[in-house]
Amino acid sequence: MRAPDLLQFAAQSLAGARKRTLMMLLAMSIGVASVVLLTALGEGARRYVVGEFASLGTHLLIMLPGRTETTGGAPPLFGETPRDLTLDDATSLLRERSIRRIAPLTVGNAPVSFGSREREVTVLGSTRDLFPIRHLTLGSGQPLPDIDPQRAANVAVLGPGLRKELFGGQRALGQWVRINDRRFRVIGVIAEGGESLGQNLDDMVVIPVASAQALFNSPSLFRVLIEARSKEDIEPAKRAAREIIRQRHDGEDDVTLISQDALLSTFDKILRALTYTVGGIAAISLAVAGILIMNVMLVAVSQRVAEIGLMKALGAARGEVLRIFLVEAVMLAASGAVIGLAVAALGIVGLRHVFPAFPLTPPLWAPLAAVGVAVVAGLVFGVLPARRAARLDPVKALTGR
Amino acid sequence: MIVLDAIERDFTVGDEVVHALDQVSLELAAGDYVSVMGPSGSGKSTLLNVLGLLDRPNSGSYRLEGVETTTLNEEKRAALRREHIGFVFQAFHLVPRLTAADNVALPMLLGGIAPKERERRVAEVLESLGLSDRARHRPDQLSGGQRQRVAIARAIVMRPALLLADEPTGNLDQHSGGEVIDLIEELNAGGITLVVVTHDQAIGQRATRRIRMVDGRVDSDTRHART
Ligand SMILES: Nc1ncnc2c1ncn2[C@@H]1O[C@H](COP(=O)(O)OP(=O)(O)OP(=O)(O)O)[C@@H](O)[C@H]1O
Ligand SMILES: [Mg+2]
Repeated sequence: MRAPDLLQFAAQSLAGARKRTLMMLLAMSIGVASVVLLTALGEGARRYVVGEFASLGTHLLIMLPGRTETTGGAPPLFGETPRDLTLDDATSLLRERSIRRIAPLTVGNAPVSFGSREREVTVLGSTRDLFPIRHLTLGSGQPLPDIDPQRAANVAVLGPGLRKELFGGQRALGQWVRINDRRFRVIGVIAEGGESLGQNLDDMVVIPVASAQALFNSPSLFRVLIEARSKEDIEPAKRAAREIIRQRHDGEDDVTLISQDALLSTFDKILRALTYTVGGIAAISLAVAGILIMNVMLVAVSQRVAEIGLMKALGAARGEVLRIFLVEAVMLAASGAVIGLAVAALGIVGLRHVFPAFPLTPPLWAPLAAVGVAVVAGLVFGVLPARRAARLDPVKALTGR
Repeated sequence: MIVLDAIERDFTVGDEVVHALDQVSLELAAGDYVSVMGPSGSGKSTLLNVLGLLDRPNSGSYRLEGVETTTLNEEKRAALRREHIGFVFQAFHLVPRLTAADNVALPMLLGGIAPKERERRVAEVLESLGLSDRARHRPDQLSGGQRQRVAIARAIVMRPALLLADEPTGNLDQHSGGEVIDLIEELNAGGITLVVVTHDQAIGQRATRRIRMVDGRVDSDTRHART
């Protein structure tokens, strides 16, 4: 049989058993569509996280007090109370050449009020360099003043959400707000959409770090954000920062430094694994569809015994009959896969419509793998029925014995 | 052209062995018109299946056009069937989802003949059998007689030298049965070797060579002038 004839013949016999064929197409297309959609979701989550990290800053290191031991071992005999990170610790880091700038951070909650309106919000104490390090843009006004970090100043930069809640349509710049009974003058408002991972700056207020320390009556820092001069400087900066703090803390290595790269690649790995996992789980439904194909083809063979006998009488050898039924099984699987891809494409378009911010794209390998697995399943599970057909004794087949 | 020598075909049912063909020796010449008659279970269909290479004898020799067929592999036997032998069955055995034309084209499809050539030959055969206006009909849209004529068209479209018919009129009324016999006799007149298995005395009597089978043996084998 010539290849195009074989395909046409298979298509005709599939069209002849409409109900059976439709059921199979349904099963196969659900399998393929779920593989593609689920991996698209996983991949979308990965891209989303990676994108969020990129907006955090480029050559960023985060220093936090305390040492997170990951090497195990017995806990130290003496209680491990890490030393606080102080403002002096933070500013001393600027001695290092590979460090471009730093931003100390203190964090606390406090009520902020203007007139009769009051909100309980997160107060960030930092310096002017926080703004370039975190890529914060201002909607209006000025960032924190460029003053000695040890000096307090009664000025505040508001998040856009907080500004709206306190001032409504009124002008905020130049007004005085109250934070914990201290008065601060509003000198700037962060631009709308200045969000980044983990911290929504919408509802925050940023004040000079010394003012925040006074406000919360605590000299210790929550974090120090460190920006290296370049990508190559990240590692030297990390080493140097650790060394500087160790010297200042009497040889005690009691800070943790997280580089954004390390965090990013961890997330990247986790989410990639997640994508493979959901893809794999969905692939099980492909295997189930393959088994269904086997069943359906077995039924088809038993219903078409006379036809198989006839084809043999007309001169079809065993190999030919085998080929005919295999082509049918694979065609069934492949068309189911194509329909599944179409369904997945529609689903993705629909989801994008509902969640426009989410980068929903299936990884390139997903549709290829799904179709590949579908076709292989058709082939593998088509073998048994096709062999049964090929082995039929033509005389018995024709007489229905 | 066809030489059967001491053909034996046994079936084992339980512990009993049935000799469906028992030492059958037979020679058929090209262009012969043979009828095979005999009681039910006498081995007529088995003989036809062996002749058509659908069934393999347990022992004996079957030479077709000088080729010993009993030692050929499945592939070669299939090719011989395709090129040299046409079958007509009592139950027609048309593929229900295919049109008359596609049913007729089926052997050529299996033979890998190009679509152009297929179309031409299908049209030619249907024309000669008076079925041109039924080409696009599916089997369930045809009468019994028409179905059997389509089946005959399919049997001869590869221009076989041997046409085997197992009770071709068994499912037909008197009139369409007569038409079918007329048709295959015409083909025989054109040179094809024809073997017809039948229970119908009248049909059997029309053949120029009449074989009678009893218990798997050739009981009588007589030649007659054309009536
Ligand atoms: N596949 C088989 N298994 C067992 N026995 C069989 C088989 N095929 C044929 N037989 C036996 O072989 C003998 C000859 O069968 P065959 O079909 O050739 O008879 P027949 O002359 O065509 O009969 P009928 O006129 O009823 O069609 C019968 O006894 C039958 O039961
Ligand atoms: Mg019979």
